[in-house]
Amino acid sequence: MTTNPISQPGFSEHRSPVRGSVTPHKSGLVPVRSNGNNGTAKLTLKNLSLTYKANGSSRLLALDGIDLKVKPGEFLCIVGPSGCGKSTLLHVIAGLQQPTAGHVLVDDNLMDGPGTDRILIFQELGLFPWLTVSENVEFGMKMKGIARAERQEKVQYYLRLVHLAQFKDSYIHQLSGGMRQRVALARALATEPDVLLMDEPFAALDAQTRDLLHDELERIWAETGRTIVFVTHNVREAVRLGDRVALFTFRPGRIKREYKVDLPRPRHLEDVTVAKSAREILDDLREEINKSLEAEYAGEVLKR
Amino acid sequence: MKKFMRHAIFYSVLIGIWALLAKLKVWPPYVFPSPQGVVESLAAGFADHSFWIAIGVSMKRMLLGYSLSVLLGMVLGLGVASNKFLEETMGGLLVSLQSLPSICWLPLAVLWFGLTEKAILFVVVMGSLLSVTIAMETGRQQMPKIYGMAGRNLGARGFRLFWHVLLPASLPYIISGLKQGWAFAWRSLISGEMIFVSLGLGQLLMMGRDLNDMSQVIAVMILIIAIGYIVDGLVFRTIERRLQQKWGLAPAT
Ligand SMILES: Nc1ncnc2c1ncn2[C@@H]1O[C@H](COP(=O)(O)OP(=O)(O)OP(=O)(O)O)[C@@H](O)[C@H]1O
Ligand SMILES: [Mg+2]
Repeated sequence: MTTNPISQPGFSEHRSPVRGSVTPHKSGLVPVRSNGNNGTAKLTLKNLSLTYKANGSSRLLALDGIDLKVKPGEFLCIVGPSGCGKSTLLHVIAGLQQPTAGHVLVDDNLMDGPGTDRILIFQELGLFPWLTVSENVEFGMKMKGIARAERQEKVQYYLRLVHLAQFKDSYIHQLSGGMRQRVALARALATEPDVLLMDEPFAALDAQTRDLLHDELERIWAETGRTIVFVTHNVREAVRLGDRVALFTFRPGRIKREYKVDLPRPRHLEDVTVAKSAREILDDLREEINKSLEAEYAGEVLKR
Repeated sequence: MKKFMRHAIFYSVLIGIWALLAKLKVWPPYVFPSPQGVVESLAAGFADHSFWIAIGVSMKRMLLGYSLSVLLGMVLGLGVASNKFLEETMGGLLVSLQSLPSICWLPLAVLWFGLTEKAILFVVVMGSLLSVTIAMETGRQQMPKIYGMAGRNLGARGFRLFWHVLLPASLPYIISGLKQGWAFAWRSLISGEMIFVSLGLGQLLMMGRDLNDMSQVIAVMILIIAIGYIVDGLVFRTIERRLQQKWGLAPAT
């Protein structure tokens, strides 16, 4: 069960959005970042599976044999219907949850537990309400043992980056949802991990702020060469940001397809080319969403 | 301000009735002292330093005993909360032990430690240990799991995870238990001091009885209430309010 059909239809602005009519170039696509397929991967997931014990004796296969390689400096986006296991996957990569089977490797080293080389921005954010905004941003650096002066400098830098410099002494409950997401982003960035794991980090932002942060994130990514795994519901966002988009199936969570996004940067959410590519993925995603709705409906019927 | 006025009126009336009853000499003064008598006792007690010494001795015992029980309670509570087996067995035992008034530990303590300072500390610790332990245990369970995960994700491990994340994250859930622990410790201490005579406010209370000095008895009782109230009202309420403001659990006033 380890076959992941990696189809690479190649999203370029020349091609028609109708999948059937594409001439299949296997690897004829220009990789966005130089690093051939056989170069060492930054992040390798090997046959990753995770089973949850649901209530009672029933079990839920949340992840089923995930094989995935992420190249150094690659921007990978993961899309999939709600409840398909995206957050679970990020938790496993971050080392916060033990997989039932399989391995996580960073630079070919087997990972066992969390590390500041992989920082996750939680879907629920997990900001510390007993600390101020700047203390939150500082936290990871403090744990890494970075000197105070340097910490303060970086806190200032990253808070400015997310446009929250004036709120450095506020407590979390005094911020809006979007501001909290930005604090979480700053906290993760300030820890300066090799691999940044982001779980729908921009879901609660208004369009303007989101566009701005897309640009900033893209700039930081380009400057620092960080590897990013970015989970989102928004297919357009995935195409806007990603070098590659992986589509998850609904229960059990598997990688249904991968799409290489071969559009020139900088891109914009409103670009026609982005919209075209997104539409194609959306068609596949809709199939999975329908499955999830059907499953939900069937469950409802069974319960009665 | 209005609230203050209501309190002032209430206490004036209360003391007024008390003074009136004393003035009417319904009961003899050695049974029912006048407010003036009690105030004089208070003044005399502070003037000859006996009250100050008693307060000092009692507070020292409290601080020692309470700190010990918070430390022990943390270790025990977290230990119990971290293990399913312990939680079922020890957890149940702890709750059932709570029905035992802590002064019941005094005979045992005296047999173990003799009539020493250790015995009274033991009673104080036993008085508050259980509520602190149970508070820690429930705090650890009620605390949202996300904080521990976020802490580990950002590189916190072991003691630093406990100190920087788990403890502050569970504080809103354990503060009421810590407060209750303090109140229990205070009661245990006074009862202990009353029975096991060696300085302290409890002993002062018994001395008043021995001397048939009702004014002193009332004066010391007022002291005990006042200290309990001050610590509760000033120390714990302030901590609670600060926590609530930080966390946004209550509107800032
Ligand atoms: N602690 C848990 N115990 C049992 N089942 C769980 C647990 N956490 C998640 N699940 C189940 O695992 C599946 C995947 O959950 P997950 O949170 O990874 O989904 P997701 O893809 O992130 O969804 P969303 O897009 O809505 O955030 C869901 O069906 C969920 O019910
Ligand atoms: Mg999720």
